Amino acid sequence: MAPREGGCPVREVYFYATCLVDLFFPDAGMAGIELLQSGGVRVVFPRGQTCCGQPAFNCGYWEEARAVALRQMALFPRDLPVVLPSGSCAGMMKVHWPELFHGQPEEARARALAGRVFELTQFLVDELDLKLEDLGEPVRVTLHPSCHAQRDQGVLDQPKALLRQLANVELAPLARERECCGFGGAFAVREPGLSEAMAGDKAEDARATGAALVLSTDGGCLMNIGGTLEKQGFGPAAQHIAQFLWERTHAR
Amino acid sequence: MPAEMEIDFLASSTRALGDPQLRRNFRRAMDGLLAKRAAVFPDPAEWTRLRALGGAIRAKNLLKLPELLEQLERSLTKNGITVHWARTTAQANRKVLELLRARGVTALVKGKSMVSEEMGLNHFLQEHGIESLESDLGEYIIQLDGEMPSHIIMPAIHKNKDQIARTFSQKIKDAKYTEEVDELTAMARAVLRRKFFEAGAGLSGVNFAVAETGTLCLVENEGNGRMSTHVPPLHIALMGLEKVVESLEEVAPLYSLLTRSATGQAISTYFNLISGPRAGGEQDGPREVHLVILDNGRARIFQDPELRATLACIRCGACMNHCPVYTRIGGHAYEAVYPGPIGSILTPQVEGVGLRHELPHASSLCGACAEVCPVQIPITHLLIRLRREASHRTAGTTVLEAGEARSRLEDLAWSVWGWVLSHPAAYRLSAWCATRFWRLLPEGAPVLAAWTRSRAKPRAAGQSLQERARAKGVPHV
Repeated sequence: MAPREGGCPVREVYFYATCLVDLFFPDAGMAGIELLQSGGVRVVFPRGQTCCGQPAFNCGYWEEARAVALRQMALFPRDLPVVLPSGSCAGMMKVHWPELFHGQPEEARARALAGRVFELTQFLVDELDLKLEDLGEPVRVTLHPSCHAQRDQGVLDQPKALLRQLANVELAPLARERECCGFGGAFAVREPGLSEAMAGDKAEDARATGAALVLSTDGGCLMNIGGTLEKQGFGPAAQHIAQFLWERTHAR
Repeated sequence: MPAEMEIDFLASSTRALGDPQLRRNFRRAMDGLLAKRAAVFPDPAEWTRLRALGGAIRAKNLLKLPELLEQLERSLTKNGITVHWARTTAQANRKVLELLRARGVTALVKGKSMVSEEMGLNHFLQEHGIESLESDLGEYIIQLDGEMPSHIIMPAIHKNKDQIARTFSQKIKDAKYTEEVDELTAMARAVLRRKFFEAGAGLSGVNFAVAETGTLCLVENEGNGRMSTHVPPLHIALMGLEKVVESLEEVAPLYSLLTRSATGQAISTYFNLISGPRAGGEQDGPREVHLVILDNGRARIFQDPELRATLACIRCGACMNHCPVYTRIGGHAYEAVYPGPIGSILTPQVEGVGLRHELPHASSLCGACAEVCPVQIPITHLLIRLRREASHRTAGTTVLEAGEARSRLEDLAWSVWGWVLSHPAAYRLSAWCATRFWRLLPEGAPVLAAWTRSRAKPRAAGQSLQERARAKGVPHV
């Protein structure tokens, strides 16, 4: 990726939807694209996107994960940043593709690609220094920073930095901000009791903040926390941070 | 002790989740430990530097493990400590029994040792008519109740004060019921103090064994370790063969990482450096010191350059303290000597990935364990590696029972998944169908049923992002 010089922003990026956003959170995906465009970026949306391969990778089915990842790796031939509206899938490409292809002919390609993978809010803050103007009514929100966004991708402050720019938004932190919500992909169905217990605690934590919305960078966490809150019938609604940011800053 | 039958982690964790008292006890205890640890690592830069050092030292120790063990044996022998090697826990038990019988010992007092738990030593000695009394307060409590440790550092952490008060009043002779912590401690002390002087032998674990100097390092807080190793005429130490370090200089950073990570202490109350039996002219100390070095699968783990990192562990317990799974179910639910994340990578390697295939899945892969590990064990990475080993038998694998948890159904599911997702047209067709017909899928459908027990069914969009972006004119290539 060409380094930024003299504050000149990166002009072009690849946008990778991720399967969860593609199927369950397309509004968040559109919002992510529009946020990038509003920062002066030309967004390229490669055809042929499916999934980063994480589910199979995590379950130990690496052959299958490699077959999928290999197809996806070919979608980014130009030396442009790859931006994903998910810390978990970004972490998969950045940290785990090099592990997946370790000792394979594609290892060098995986490593080269890893250096230009960004989670959306990370790109908006660290690379674009995006300025936001709040057009919304006063609201209190809370943020669940996903485990993989934090630990694989190093994203914890960037979503907060964006929310802090919004004058009418009060960010009420979770008491156990860094604790997992219990999603964990296949974990949620393989160990349903444990997953439920973790999601239940997270839902309670979110409710205790008095927030109207619980935001996150990751669709999996949102489905888990939001689904739990919805089933319980009270507490904040869950929303992807990209969609929240776009709706707050652009009258629809 | 190797398990003989398949253990149902799903059932045991479900039982633990249904015990609100247990969940409260663990949550409160773990919260306290997290806060204490955070307070002694206030500077992230210092933490990063120190754990990098700790990780490097342990990696280097393991790289030279065979040489260091030989050097250790030479140094210990020179210091008058007798070394015994045990490939299995049965051999280790037998060796301890021989040492005791040869000296007519009928009562043993024990400092804390997880290796002795691995051996099931108390039970074994009891069967052979030898009394084996735990002197660590936590171990003493669970021994009274006939339980296993629920945590490697704090074995009785699953119990609260009231539960301990009940145990003492029922199990200690002439004890009155009290919930005063000082009185409870005094009761245990009164029993144990006498035993230290009566026992014919003392037993301890080892935190670090120094190859260059032949020193056994023992970290503890109650002084029972020192009493067990210095008062009785015979001291038997037990260690796993991975505990060797090269030099005393290496002990300092590891010791600091250990106490800070484990209990949030800058230093432990006692730090024993045992370098031999009582020498001529000395007033105290044991007449004889023996060390039993246990393999029990470790040499096999050592053979795999990636899995070898499992042996770097210094048994601080930080991974379990920070684990959202362990915090909710405690140690007993794992039905293993070593619970929590470290146990979930160690136990399947010792007992077999076929038998213990559920353990590597007892994690949401959140990464909290690897993040706090003071010697940089990539725990999440190894959990995934063992999931892979359980369902696949790759050529040249050294993993016990590799491929034995393979399921044809799961193989098929991932094959289909892999085919669809590596054919974008097939994915688009599936996505089109999914977005249109998702709402028709009943909540009780396979897989979805586990999800909807406590969550609303996710709502699929009527149109995928790919369709929408194209309609909006976002450039496709």
